Formats: sequence, structure tokens, C-alpha cells
Amino acid sequence: MVVYISEFSKYIIAVLMVLYTYESFAVFRYDNESRRNGIYTRQNILMFAFHFICFLVICFETGDITYLLFYAFQQIILYAAVVLCKMLYPKSNRLVMNNMCMLLSVGFVILTRLDMNKAVKQFVIVTGSLVAALIIPFFVHKFKFLKNLKWIYGMVGIGALSVVMILGQTTYGSKLSYSIAGITFQPSEFVKILFVFFVASALYDAAGFFEVFTTAVVAAAHVITLVISKDLGSALIFFIAYVLMVFVATRNYFYLLAGISGGAAAAYIAYQVFAHVQVRVQAWKDPWSVIDSAGYQITQSLFGISSGGWFGLGLCQGTPGSIPFVEADFIFSAIAEELGLLFAICLILVCVSSFMMFMIIAASLQDGFYRLVTFGLGITYIFQVFLTIGGGTKFIPLTGVTLPLISYGGSSVLTTLVMFAIVEGMHIIQEEEKEQLRKSLRKRKKRTAYIQRTIEDQEEAEYRDADPAGDGFEEEE
Amino acid sequence: MQIRQEMGLKRKNRTERIKIKKNKEILGVMWVFTLLFLCMSGYITAYSVTHKQELINNSYNGRQQILIAQNSRGRIFSADGQVLARTGEDEEGKEKREYPYQNLFSHVVGYASNGRMGVEAQANYYLIQSNAPLSQKAALDVRGEKYPGDDVYTTLQVDLQQVASNALGIYQGAVIVTEPSTGRILAMVSKPDFNPEEIADIWEELIEDKESSILLNRATQGLYPPGSTFKIVTALEYMRENPDTWQNYSYNCTGSIQRGEDRIQCYHGSVHGGVGFERSFAKSCNTSFANIGLSLDRKAFADTLDQLLFGRELPVVFPAGISRVEVGEETSDSDMMQISIGQGTTSITPLELNMITCAIANGGVLAEPYLIDSVQSSSGNTIKAFSPENYGKLMEEGEADALKELMRQVVETGTASRLKDLSYTAAGKTGSAEYGTVKGESHAWFTGFAPVEDPEVCVTIIIEGAGAGGDYAVPIAKRIFDAYFGV
Repeated sequence: MVVYISEFSKYIIAVLMVLYTYESFAVFRYDNESRRNGIYTRQNILMFAFHFICFLVICFETGDITYLLFYAFQQIILYAAVVLCKMLYPKSNRLVMNNMCMLLSVGFVILTRLDMNKAVKQFVIVTGSLVAALIIPFFVHKFKFLKNLKWIYGMVGIGALSVVMILGQTTYGSKLSYSIAGITFQPSEFVKILFVFFVASALYDAAGFFEVFTTAVVAAAHVITLVISKDLGSALIFFIAYVLMVFVATRNYFYLLAGISGGAAAAYIAYQVFAHVQVRVQAWKDPWSVIDSAGYQITQSLFGISSGGWFGLGLCQGTPGSIPFVEADFIFSAIAEELGLLFAICLILVCVSSFMMFMIIAASLQDGFYRLVTFGLGITYIFQVFLTIGGGTKFIPLTGVTLPLISYGGSSVLTTLVMFAIVEGMHIIQEEEKEQLRKSLRKRKKRTAYIQRTIEDQEEAEYRDADPAGDGFEEEE
Repeated sequence: MQIRQEMGLKRKNRTERIKIKKNKEILGVMWVFTLLFLCMSGYITAYSVTHKQELINNSYNGRQQILIAQNSRGRIFSADGQVLARTGEDEEGKEKREYPYQNLFSHVVGYASNGRMGVEAQANYYLIQSNAPLSQKAALDVRGEKYPGDDVYTTLQVDLQQVASNALGIYQGAVIVTEPSTGRILAMVSKPDFNPEEIADIWEELIEDKESSILLNRATQGLYPPGSTFKIVTALEYMRENPDTWQNYSYNCTGSIQRGEDRIQCYHGSVHGGVGFERSFAKSCNTSFANIGLSLDRKAFADTLDQLLFGRELPVVFPAGISRVEVGEETSDSDMMQISIGQGTTSITPLELNMITCAIANGGVLAEPYLIDSVQSSSGNTIKAFSPENYGKLMEEGEADALKELMRQVVETGTASRLKDLSYTAAGKTGSAEYGTVKGESHAWFTGFAPVEDPEVCVTIIIEGAGAGGDYAVPIAKRIFDAYFGV
């Protein structure tokens, strides 16, 4: 009986995931939220079916019914999040919300399978974070002064990172966290958001050489502090976010080129100077030659990914526990091993779908500050996904960052939920900008009708080129 | 941001839909990252699919132990369906690997405890998987038994293996029998052999005795001086350098040739007198071939040797030795004379000589030798089937045909005359390779194929220290050909 369930469920889980992934890209066929409703409903059904089947399999494999109770709590929380978000914010983007919940449920499933205690801890943190996340869009929307706080963002950010650098606890060679009242924080996670807000508020209204230079100094302070703490993954994320935000704010390819070449030079120097960077690069180039030491994690991760095949070994059938830190840095390998390569690739695509939605919201926003914030958050998110999956699969050297929303880690999941919530707020702002535009368009149309009656065709064309309104909108037929 | 307002636009419905001009830089960055992720997904898929076997066989991979604990190791079959290896139980009910043919397949099928060797090593990945039907797995679950591992069907034929092994008798040496058009290995014998069921008992002894080479598969890993069989290669190079005139070659053999201090003699002091190219080859005249060797362009020779896979890893999935010949611009005349007749520092594996012979039989095209035909689940469903793969051309078809004719003359008028006038036609080349410092001791070689018109089977034989190839190796070839053609 169990053998049938574990065998068939593998294919069902893969199919549900493939369908979900398809829907999360089908969304982009439409430009309007109201026309996407059918897709969103199907996504909700697929994600809840996936979640339920996975827990059913875990129950059968372990013979422990209490897992179903845990599942029920998760299901209530996720369902409440989806429904409340829709109710409280009719103008929210449901793709962002659905993908967020889908990724959370994948995380719950794999964490439960790996380590029940950690899964429960994670669940408590997610529940708290979701409550916070539900309020955030409101604040983002209402607090117009957020764009004026650039020095506060910058100073708090550097301050928090410096405290870790000086006082922090060393976790496996890197200073990442400190504890207050028994709760361990990893400030580099939260500072990511502050940093994005800092760069956005510094560059949104004027992005001349002077502004770029002053923000560069502050950005460099962040990055250097992280490098000294040996948190290379976060340092890279901050760096890439800064370079790309400057590029979008200035629309100047020179800064992009300068940033990338500067980064390459810095990476080369870091490689020459720091032994721990050399070890990482060596373990990436040929992990087999250092399989006993630096290459151990990555080779175990590769064993895991390859042993799954297209449909995986099935939940609770593999040995992802053989990979050190599997629940944080290598959760992707555990997913590939037990749920299969097909599922893992779909998971990557769901992350990409969320990112694309972030970028489209950013690109559509008219307000420079909001645009930059959304863009910066999207980059931090996707680049972190890239670092952790690429690192765990030997695509790039390993940097040891978490897979957002899926990996175990309170700071990480809270930060990512806040990021997603801010983007929801941005989407609401964008919807309102559209609303404004509709009003102004209606007004203008009256004017246009008048002009049409009175002016020759030739002059109409001139009118079009002159662009008297200049507010950047175009009308679609 | 610019606005383009559509003038005179006709609206079909009243709902206002608005398209907003989007920031190009942001969309550009979006596509760059999307592309990056597609590349990464492609890489992950390609890597894990192409490295799957290698990764599971890695000794650091604990997943192998899980499979071993879950499935009982599958069976290994011969091409004709005989069991060559299976998992049984000893008196205490513990799992035990059984080899019904005992010593007969010792090297080629190998063993699976104290490390792994042969097909047991090469097909380990398949043998420890189980693709048994779900219903069977469910039933076994209930009884608390292991799933049956998948079965591996080899290309080996029990009757040919038996004949080859018996013919070699108590001699040390190796025999390989292959199918030239496909590369299927029909038999592979290496002696001395051992009983794989007793490997655990004799292990300590074998490891302690540094001189012992019992575990070495001489057919694939033994490196021997090729002796006169190498004249196939020398002849090919001479034909390449003299495409129009090689047939006009003539030489007067006086039994020896001298260059400076060095002197090459014909085997057992024979004097062949006036010989052409064909007769030099058929009679295996050392003096004439040393003379040919002196005329060769060293650079071109090195290229030909490279093309024939000397000094290179052979295109096979099992472990094989690397044959070597040292020819370069600075090779001395004396060394060239030695090399042309397959002596000196030259060494070759029986497998590689067999591959060259197969390529000649197959019109110049080498089919990669292989041992595993298919993998089937315990219920008989094919999980994976291996088909012949061509490595490529080792020589042109015309060259292969010319060499074929030369090798036919070896049988008709030369050193392999024991294969003459049979119900099938055979072709080949003998060799008596001197080794060590003692003059007169030699390994007996034969490599050849039959029938000449459309070669079906190719054999390569080496008998260590037996004497002349024509006297010792050719009769074994005859017994194998006889068995193959059912004579």
C-alpha cells in the first residue's frame, strides 16, 4: 500500500507543480488583474492540493498522524493569508501572493520531512511574519515620507552590520548573527531592505555624479563590513543591487560597465588576498579533489540532486540528511532529491515568475522612488535565489545564503515576507497611478475631441509629436 | 517619459484599458536574469542526467548503501541466457554472491565484494537498482523481503568462453573474441584465473603477494610487446607513404640486417631470400620489415600510431591499459628497426590489437567494444538497451582491404597455414614476441578474423612464453573459429 502511494504521489506532485508553474507564467498574457482571476483561482487549488498530498505521503511514510494536525495549522494560515490579502487589499497582486504561499508550502513540506522541530519553529515565525506582512502594504501606501529618510536608512544599516562585525557570533567561519534576549538575529537580512530604501531615496530625484558618488561610499561601507564579517553572499547581493539600481536610476550604461568591472577587479583582489575565498573557488572548480574537506558539502549536494531523477525518490525516501546544513543552504538539493528534477526546475521557474512580476510592477511605476525600491527588492530577491541554487549545484562558487521563503531561518523568511509585502504595497500604488491616469485621460479626451473638430489633420500630427501632456502614458486600443 | 496619444481612436467597448509605457532598463535587467536562470536550469538538468552513474558509484555517496540495503543485487546473464552471477543465500541465510561457472568468467564478470571488478563493477549502478513491478514490491514489502535488483545481460557466449579457456589450458595469457561489425565482446579470458566466490578467502593472500598478477585482466590491461603482429601497423604506414609503389617493393633477405652496432635477425635464424611486400608480411620476415622501417617518415608514422590509438585511452567503458610506441623526429635508426618489428619498448594490450584487427575486418571503421547488451527488470522489462556505436575510421577502406589481403596470405602461404583449407576462410597475423633478456623466449600471438569475405568474428590470442605464434596461438584460434562456425 505504502509503496503504491509513494510511487504514484511522485507523479501527481510533479504534475501539480508543472501545472502551477504553467499558470504562473500564463498570468503574463494579460495586462490586467481582473482578467487573471481564473488563473489565480486555479493556482490556489493546485497549491493546496500539492500541500495536502505531500503531507499525506509524509503521514504514510512515517506512520505518524500528528503530521496531519501540523498540516491543518499550516493550511489555515496560508488560506487565511490568501483570503485576507484579497479582502484587505483589493488592488493587491495575487500572483505575488500565490507564489509566496506556494514557496512557503514547499518550504513547510521539505522542512517537516527534514526536521520536525525546525519546521514548527519556522511555522511560528512565518505566522508572525504574515501578520506583520499584512499591515505593511497599508504603511507603504500611506507613509509618503519614506522617501525622505535616506540618511536614517544608511546609518541604521551600517550600524547594524558593524555591531555584528564586532560583537557577532561566529557561525562556521562567518560572523552572521547576534542574540538579544535569547533570539538570534541575522541583521544582514533586514539591512538588505534598508539598503534598497537608502539607494532609492538617495537617487530617485537626482542621479548626477555627486549623488552616485556619495551613495557609492555608503554602499561600499556596507559591502566592506560584510566582507570583513566573511559574509560573502550578502556582500555580493548588496553590491549587485547597488550597481543595478544606479544603472536604472541614471539610465547610464557607463555606470553599469564601471560597476561590473569594479566588481570583477574587487573579486580578483579578494581571491588573491583571502584564503577562504580561494578555498571556495577551489571547491567549485574541482570539488572531487577536496571531497574530504571543502568539497564535501557540494559533492553531497550533487549526489542528492542526481539521485532523484526526473520525479525524485519520493518524500522520506532519500537521504538529504547527508548534506551538511541541508535545511538552510542546500534545501534545493533536498527538494531535487526527493521531489525530483522536474519539480526543482519548476520551483526555479516559480521564483523567476515572482521576479518577473516584481520587475513589471517596477517598470510600470511612475514614481521614481517607488520604482527604484521595487526594482531593488526584486534584484536582491532573485540574486539571492541565484546564489543559493547556483552554489548548491556547482554552477557558481558556493556562498552560503538561504533560499528565500523555503530555507530554514527566521530572519530570512521574515525579511522575504516583508519584501513581498512591500511589493504588494507598490502594486497598490501602481494601480492608483493607473486610476489617476484614467481620470486625466477622460479629461484629455474631451479636449481632443474639441481639437479634432477645429484643427486640420496636419496640425493634429504636430500636436502628437509635441506631446503637450508628457506624462508618459499611452492608450491602448 | 513620452506620451503617444492615439488620435481619432475608435473604441469598441466602453471599458478603459490602459497600457503603460514601461521602463526599458528594468525590463532589460529582467530578461537578463530570466536568461541566466534558464541557463542554470539547463545546466542542472544536463549535469545530473549525464553524471548520474558516476555520482552514484562514488564511494562518498551514501545513497548506494541505501539501494544495497533495499534491493538484492541483480543477476548477470550471458547472451544465451545462462546465469553468470546471482545472489543466493549461505547456510545462515545471509546474502552470498554465486558464480555458477566458477573460474570461467573470473576477470570479465568479476566480483562484487572486496571492491568490485569486471561487469560487477561496470554495471553496479544497474544491479543495485530495482525496477520490479509495483505489485511485486508491495508483496515483498508485506513479507519484509528485499526487492530483486535489475538483471544485466552481457554479450558473452558461454560456449566460446569455454573453448577459449580450455584451449589456453594451463598457459598464462589472454583471449578476446569479438564481433567486428558491432564491437560485441563474445568471449574474454585471462589466465591465471580465480574463483570469484572465494575472493574473500584468497584476498589477503593476493594483496600480500606483490608479484601476483592473478587479479589483472590480461585481455584488457596486460601490456605485451606486440612482436610481428605490429607488422600490420608498419605495413599500413608503408602503404600510406608509398600509395602507388608499395606493391613493387622487393628485398633480399639474408637472415639479418645491420645498422651500426645493431643487428636484426629473422625468427629462428630463417633466411627468406628474395621477398616482395606480400611475402615479407606472410613469412613475417624481420629483416625485410626492419628495412621497411628505416625508410619510414617518423613524423607521419607518429600520426598513424596516434590514429590507431597508441598512447591514448581506448574508447571503452571498462578499465583498459594504454599501449605505447615511442616514435618521434629524434628516433634513431636502431630504434626504428626494433619498432617496425614490434620489439623494443613498444607495448600493446590484446584488446587494442583486437580493435585494430576488427577495424581492418570492418572496412576501416572501428566499432567500440562493449560487454553489456541490456538491462532488464527482474520481470523481464527492458530498462536500458545498449546498441553498437562506431568510434570512427582508423584507416581508409582501401587500406583495410589491402591489409585484409595481406593477412589472408599469412594463412594461405605464410605462418598461419594451420588455418588453410577449412570450411571457412580465415585471415590474420602471427607474432612471436621476444621478452626479457633471455634470447629465444617469446610470447605467441595471433590476431585474425573469419570468414574473409564478410568477417563475423575476430579473435586475438596471446600465450605467455609459449614460443612461436604459428605453432601455439594459431591452433587456439582454429578451435575458437571451429566452435563459432559449428564445425
